[in-house]
Amino acid sequence: MLKLPIYLDNNATTPMDPRVLEVMTPYFLEHFGNAASRNHPFGWQAEEAVDYAREQVAKLIGADPKEIIFTSGATEGDNLAIKGVYEMYASKGNHIITATTEHKAVLDTCKHIEKTGGEVTYLQVKPDGLIDLKELEAAIRPTTILIAIMYANNEIGTVQPIREISAIAKKHGVLLFTDAVQAVGKVPVDVNKDGIDLMAFTAHKMYGPKGVGALYVRRKNPRVKVTAQMDGGGHERGMRSGTLNVPGIVGFGKACELCMQDMEEDTKRISILRDKLETELMKLEEAYINGSTEHRLPHVTNISFKHVEGEGLLMGFNKNIALSSGSACTSASLEPSYVLKALGLGDDLAHSSLRFGLGRFTNEEQIDYTIKAISETVLKLRDMSPLWEMYKEGIDLSKIEWAAH
Amino acid sequence: MAYSEKVIDHYQNPKNVGTLDKNSKNVGTGLVGAPECGDVMRLQIEVDDATGMITDAKFKTFGCGSAIASSSLATEWLKGKSIDQALTVDNMDFVEELNLPPVKIHCSVLAEDAIKAAINDYRVKNGMDSIKFEESVVH
Repeated sequence: MLKLPIYLDNNATTPMDPRVLEVMTPYFLEHFGNAASRNHPFGWQAEEAVDYAREQVAKLIGADPKEIIFTSGATEGDNLAIKGVYEMYASKGNHIITATTEHKAVLDTCKHIEKTGGEVTYLQVKPDGLIDLKELEAAIRPTTILIAIMYANNEIGTVQPIREISAIAKKHGVLLFTDAVQAVGKVPVDVNKDGIDLMAFTAHKMYGPKGVGALYVRRKNPRVKVTAQMDGGGHERGMRSGTLNVPGIVGFGKACELCMQDMEEDTKRISILRDKLETELMKLEEAYINGSTEHRLPHVTNISFKHVEGEGLLMGFNKNIALSSGSACTSASLEPSYVLKALGLGDDLAHSSLRFGLGRFTNEEQIDYTIKAISETVLKLRDMSPLWEMYKEGIDLSKIEWAAH
Repeated sequence: MAYSEKVIDHYQNPKNVGTLDKNSKNVGTGLVGAPECGDVMRLQIEVDDATGMITDAKFKTFGCGSAIASSSLATEWLKGKSIDQALTVDNMDFVEELNLPPVKIHCSVLAEDAIKAAINDYRVKNGMDSIKFEESVVH
């Protein structure tokens, strides 16, 4: 039987897999030790559990366990990678290249660096959301120390050409950092095949617990170092001090193992559901998919329904379907999504967008319900929309002088 | 953010959605807001020449639930009022009635502006001067 509400906001966070919770529980209770306690069995057990999880995490991304630095999540990973490289490689240069569609954790970290005297180039993206590789290469200067480009976008699911980007970085002797929060566990990510030097990701986007993530830091070809951003006991090879979140790390490890084991099957099933959802919703008039449909995560779609406002649309079903919108009204800023605007979308289309993030626990019944609920609400709101009426009368809305407020 | 019950009720059962003949001399149309700001309201009133009473009101709104609720409520309030009475409707009346949070106050301002714009359109059509209003504070 269909259970409401339906969760389709898996890009924000995923539910925990019960198999993950199961392995975590003992580490809250009987195995509560501090992984840094070297002198008794409680510490040994905790350390052993962390070592095992480190192997599970490393395996998923084709890394060596020694290259995994546990963090509190991807925001910390983004900060540690960018600020850490900026400080560590200060003698080599002070220039970083990133893109306008990055997550705020990357953009705001770059803004911080600019305030301290660093230089940052923000690459524009093409209408499909991908960066232009020629522009990237042209932006490289003798002082460039880091390229920070996300693996896949959180709003539109666009997957950047990471291998081509890393080839350019390597050619110019520049390090490549990628925020891979949305990609790891969903699509095959291999730090060696992809040529990644640093990579942030987090457990709670892949059916693990919140509050734990990892930064991959390459140890060979080249050996990469980052300056620690927190002072303390020198945990995680001196790069990230702080007592390890043992139960979280154990859960993260299990979540990685499950993703590795289930990825092929999950992807196949989820992408069929995503395609069904998309195909049915695109049958509505004046519906537009945002971002590349070719280079995209298998569980994501972002659609604008023209002449209907996103928050008003969500209100039609948000008791029963959890989704997010690029509409300004969902944020305090009243600015619509900067990612959609970076694609060149007008504010009107950005206001009219819905982001769908399917997941491991999404089923066909939920998708059928969602298609029906959204289609009905779009039609109802269009009947109520003066813009839709004008569009239907053949009035060119761009020619009207709106009293912008 | 949770909506008040009144906003939800207007959203689910909007009153007076529709279109009046904008070319009719008795109809005043106010179109305010902008698509790029995420809300556009069109409010129409039909006025009885002889009595100066608003006999009918209709709206269509592109916007969030609060914008839809504000315009729906505006049509309810306007019906049966005289033009002069309609001019006294203030945006804070919407805020109070619908329990709008601070982030949604602009919806109430838009509704007040739509009323004024509709009245002015009716006045101009009927050979009267349009009334100059003070700039809204929130916009």
